[in-house]
Amino acid sequence: MATKHSRAAARLMISPAVILLLGWMIIPLSMTIYFSFLNYNLVIPGPHNFIGFRNYYYFLTDPAFGTALVNTLVLVAGVLLITTIGGTLLALLLDQPIWGQGVVRVLVIAPFFVMPTVSALIWKNMFMNPVNGIFAWIAQSFGLQPFDFLSQAPLFSIILIVAWQWLPFATLILLTALQSLDSEQMEAAEMDGAGPVARFVHITVPHLSRAGTVVILIQTIFLLSVFAEILVTTNGGPGNASTNLTYLVYAQSLLQFDVGGGSAGGLVAVVLANIVAIFLMRMIGKNLDA
Amino acid sequence: MGRIQLSRVVKKFGDVEVIPPLDLDIDEGEFVVFVGPSGCGKSTLLRLIAGLEDVTDGVISIDGQDATMLPPARRRLAMVFQSYALYPHMSVRKNIAFPLKMAKLPRDEVDRRVEAAARVLNLGDYLDRRPGQLSGGQRQRVAIGRAIVREPAAFLFDEPLSNLDASLRVNMRLEISGLHNSLKTTMIYVTHDQVEAMTMADKIVVLQAGRIEQVGSPLDLYRAPANLFVAGFIGSPRMNFVTGAEAGEHGAHTIGIRPEHITIVPEGGVWSGKVAVSEHLGSDTFLHVEIEGRDDPMTVRADGEVPYRAGDTVHLAPDATKIHRFDARGLRIA
Ligand SMILES: Nc1ncnc2c1ncn2[C@@H]1O[C@H](COP(=O)(O)OP(=O)(O)OP(=O)(O)O)[C@@H](O)[C@H]1O
Ligand SMILES: [Mg+2]
Repeated sequence: MATKHSRAAARLMISPAVILLLGWMIIPLSMTIYFSFLNYNLVIPGPHNFIGFRNYYYFLTDPAFGTALVNTLVLVAGVLLITTIGGTLLALLLDQPIWGQGVVRVLVIAPFFVMPTVSALIWKNMFMNPVNGIFAWIAQSFGLQPFDFLSQAPLFSIILIVAWQWLPFATLILLTALQSLDSEQMEAAEMDGAGPVARFVHITVPHLSRAGTVVILIQTIFLLSVFAEILVTTNGGPGNASTNLTYLVYAQSLLQFDVGGGSAGGLVAVVLANIVAIFLMRMIGKNLDA
Repeated sequence: MGRIQLSRVVKKFGDVEVIPPLDLDIDEGEFVVFVGPSGCGKSTLLRLIAGLEDVTDGVISIDGQDATMLPPARRRLAMVFQSYALYPHMSVRKNIAFPLKMAKLPRDEVDRRVEAAARVLNLGDYLDRRPGQLSGGQRQRVAIGRAIVREPAAFLFDEPLSNLDASLRVNMRLEISGLHNSLKTTMIYVTHDQVEAMTMADKIVVLQAGRIEQVGSPLDLYRAPANLFVAGFIGSPRMNFVTGAEAGEHGAHTIGIRPEHITIVPEGGVWSGKVAVSEHLGSDTFLHVEIEGRDDPMTVRADGEVPYRAGDTVHLAPDATKIHRFDARGLRIA
């Protein structure tokens, strides 16, 4: 496969797929960039004239933008924290030889197969509802006032819901990593005088660091664009309390019909995602080197 | 220090008794080698001594103290694993320092001991590398380094050289023997390799199916194997066995004669046969001679320069003083 001829042939063969994928990406992106410079609102008829960076200016100076930015970062960080720590603990638990291991593992993985809208609705109506929810019932049976999660701690509730969905993913990846840990290494550490905690810190955690990096990177990509869970539970509210960037862009373009502003917001979100990605790669990317 | 005693030690995995009741005494400073066929329980026995497996029954004592229930870390033993079991994310220095760090030794003491171990094992240039960047022999030395810094009561080796190539194996064998001579610490060493067992051991323990067949110095085992199993296991190439009337003439059920104790004579001799295969090693020649009335060929060690080739007829005479006699149960007749 290394001759000039075979490489040219290979390029020719894969070009249709590459061109298709490129178009798939380039066309929407250039349309978005184009719209972001227009005064384009669906309910205001007339010509869509070019207004320079005005859309960006409005989006970035909107007080909701700051809140949404913070909410996005808090959401990502909160879910990552819960899933990596909880995932590690669950993986350690599932790695023990227990009765009914197969069934338990399937049950643990199950939440990942439930679509986000459905799981968010179940959480909203069956768990967190202050009248019918199971949490309210538990609080009442202790004689306490039910807590209205979605209106009193909306962002925290969404973090909880999203973390519940992503916990199986983290658990699964960390569990496979845990199972690939050489048992002789553990025994050597045991003979070297390392207790259970020291073994976890010095052997298990470094061994899991690569898998943990994968978990964090992949989850970050998806968590920056959490949307369905917010739409079906809080609608970004109360006020802007649970609005993240994705939801803000949606509100701008589809609730206020401001295509131009929405496009500008979308591009801001893209830039932000890249900044986060660069940060992450700087911080933990070296774990991926062999 | 480093006296290890096993009494009535039993190990079962579920219902399977891997080690039936077994007694063994290992003296201070001894180099003891466990040999035996694959699956006979050598590793299991070593792991029982290390504390990595619980005994089902019996007592293990180290330096006179009952250690049966002690966790591995408190037995003051160091183990070198077949896979080396180095910590891949730590540098060589940190690997060697790990047991000391766990023992909470002061920093300068740790550095001093790591440097000393590195000097003994020629690891000075590699201290800041990761195990992944080392050759097999270097990794082996790091594993030994990690064991010696703790100044343990005894070392346990589980087939430490089996992943190395032949020439490196010879070097490491000499290094480990040298280490034993200078440290004078008890060492227990598991191997498949005859040569390792014969050359390194003060005492060889031959195991079969978890039972001890014989314990003794290499030459004791070679000169006076206690039974057919040991006779066949120790010595390379294997001892030749003869049964039936010929053995009866010597008042035995089976007689054994080592290939090096048979000479080729121009005529007469005890056996005559055709050479099936001749292996020329340069220093020696091993002739596999097919003899009428025998199922397996008889192996003969001859001089490296003998001219015999496959198909030649040879006459064989055993050294009458070196014939081993065994009774019907396979035990040696003194
Ligand atoms: N954890 C275990 N569970 C059940 N049986 C085991 C276990 N470990 C070892 N065995 C059995 O115990 C017997 C002895 O095993 P062991 O590993 O001690 O053999 P060995 O002499 O070291 O063999 P080798 O030379 O191939 O390493 C084997 O029959 C093996 O199948
Ligand atoms: Mg073994």
